[in-house]
Amino acid sequence: MFKKITAADTPFSRFLQAFFGSKLATFGFVLLVLILLAAVLAPFIAPQNPYDLEHLDIMDSNLEPGKKSLDGLAYLLGTDDQGRDMLSAILYGLRISVMVGATSTVIALGIGLSLGLLAGYAGGRIEALIMRVADIQLAFPPILVALILLALTGRGVDKIIIALVTVQWAYYARTTRSTALVERKKEYIEAARLLGLSPLRIMFRHLLPNCLPPLIVIAALQVASAISLEATLSFLGLGLPVTEPSLGLLISNGFQYLMSGKYWISFFPGVALLVTVIAINLVADQLRDVLNPRLQVQ
Amino acid sequence: MLVFTLRRCVQSIAVLLLMSLLVFVSVYAIGNPIDILISADADQIERARVIAAFGLDQPLWVQYFYFIKNALAGDMGRSFVYATPAMGLILERLPATLELAVSAMLIAVVIGLPLGLWAGLRPQSMTSKTIMTVSIFGFSLPTFWVGLMLIMVFAVQLGWLPTGGRGQTALLFGVPFGFLTWDGLKHLMMPAFNLSLFNIALIIRLTRAGTQEALLQDYIKFARAKGLRNRRIVGVHVLKNILIPIVTVVALQFGSIIAFSIVTESIFAWPGVGKLLIDSIRVLDRPVIVAFLSLIVVIFIGLNLCVDLLYSLLDPRVRLSEAKG
Repeated sequence: MFKKITAADTPFSRFLQAFFGSKLATFGFVLLVLILLAAVLAPFIAPQNPYDLEHLDIMDSNLEPGKKSLDGLAYLLGTDDQGRDMLSAILYGLRISVMVGATSTVIALGIGLSLGLLAGYAGGRIEALIMRVADIQLAFPPILVALILLALTGRGVDKIIIALVTVQWAYYARTTRSTALVERKKEYIEAARLLGLSPLRIMFRHLLPNCLPPLIVIAALQVASAISLEATLSFLGLGLPVTEPSLGLLISNGFQYLMSGKYWISFFPGVALLVTVIAINLVADQLRDVLNPRLQVQ
Repeated sequence: MLVFTLRRCVQSIAVLLLMSLLVFVSVYAIGNPIDILISADADQIERARVIAAFGLDQPLWVQYFYFIKNALAGDMGRSFVYATPAMGLILERLPATLELAVSAMLIAVVIGLPLGLWAGLRPQSMTSKTIMTVSIFGFSLPTFWVGLMLIMVFAVQLGWLPTGGRGQTALLFGVPFGFLTWDGLKHLMMPAFNLSLFNIALIIRLTRAGTQEALLQDYIKFARAKGLRNRRIVGVHVLKNILIPIVTVVALQFGSIIAFSIVTESIFAWPGVGKLLIDSIRVLDRPVIVAFLSLIVVIFIGLNLCVDLLYSLLDPRVRLSEAKG
């Protein structure tokens, strides 16, 4: 079967077509866009600024979801012990969680990719050193590595990002290296080398674009696990400081009220976290299927 | 085989030394231990005495040597909070953590293996599809949040199970274990199940993939042609061949179960090593943190060594490729 090549039939449009071929993935994508919008626009769409004490009324504390406050406003998801609207707190928390997860993934991708390219292109001792370090680190579970780092450095936005980057870089380095090893032997790299291009240029302009597809998939999956890991660490009181209340901290805050039956303070931030992670996973799964060259051949 | 074993052991020892250096530098070089060890209103003479007593006036490499020497003797200093040896404090709580981890692994295998087999044998049935969909949740659900929800439903709303703690324990070989009493079992149930969730999903997926692959093999066709009953084919021929990867993964996952039990223990107030670590981090009880780090590094390197050796024993190809490279 030969398809007629039209102007619209670019690789990108084919990618879009394949991607949105699955209903589940489309659903995940729409969900993700909505979540991102909610996170970015939180200050504009949240019913109140949950951290502006002027807006909080202690008389409104621990209200059940849907209950009206004294001034007649309804709290859709209830309020916490400070009389804070949970919906607003979740929107603001989502913003912090997504920001931390995405930032750490981008930095880790940059570092892992550079080291992986270097290892794959240079070979020899450099490769052995980088890969050995990655191997040793991967022998330890991510949560343990992050926990140890945070135990030694203390909590803070910069510190948790450093911890999340440390946990992630090795995945990218290994994947990049294995693809780079295959690509390095191909003719276009040889041609580039014979042209006298600098190794840096060959690595980043010629080698890198061909190593990208698997990295995109891993990065997408890693954002979800980074968000989840940050929430876990913040829940344990080791991640973000109380001044940056992410979803994990909100859940942790509600934990003490859970025992007295006030489920909503922990429950709804958890649902927000869950929906975010699932939406990202749905999109990443579809990306993996679409970008997998083995499946494209048919 | 001997060369392979020796080489792996040497590698492990090298990693161990490297990690001890890392732990030492990060704990002793970053931040000043003197500030933590000596109270702010101590005079100069007192300061000098403590510095000399802890060997902090020695050059760094001498301190490292003593650190290693003491660590080999199992002496990691005294806890600031409990005023007892830090290593002893941890070893005292290790049985609770191990009990939790082993129970979680057992639950994961007992639930995961049959469900995975079912999903692999009848991939098109509704039950299998449900199993697979549910297993996706096992991967994406934030485990600590599931723990909270378990407490909410079973402890707060229904009141069937206790919210936390270890309950009554009974002695077995002089070590207290909770699973020997009914009360202890009730306390163990929720945390163990919570900890096993991820591994249930993992084992379901592995078993299903393995079963589907095994069913296409010639020896299964031959067994069918021989007229063996279905039960025997699945129970003996399929199961035997999918067990190798599952055993490996179970062994590998055991380490991360111990790591993740830090979270589960904090949620369910389980008096194990993980809760001790989190509490120690909160009050900056440094000797306990260092002792925990050293112990967990030793455990992990030992575990990885065991898995490597076990794997090379089960699959000779690993050994051969190593010998060539």
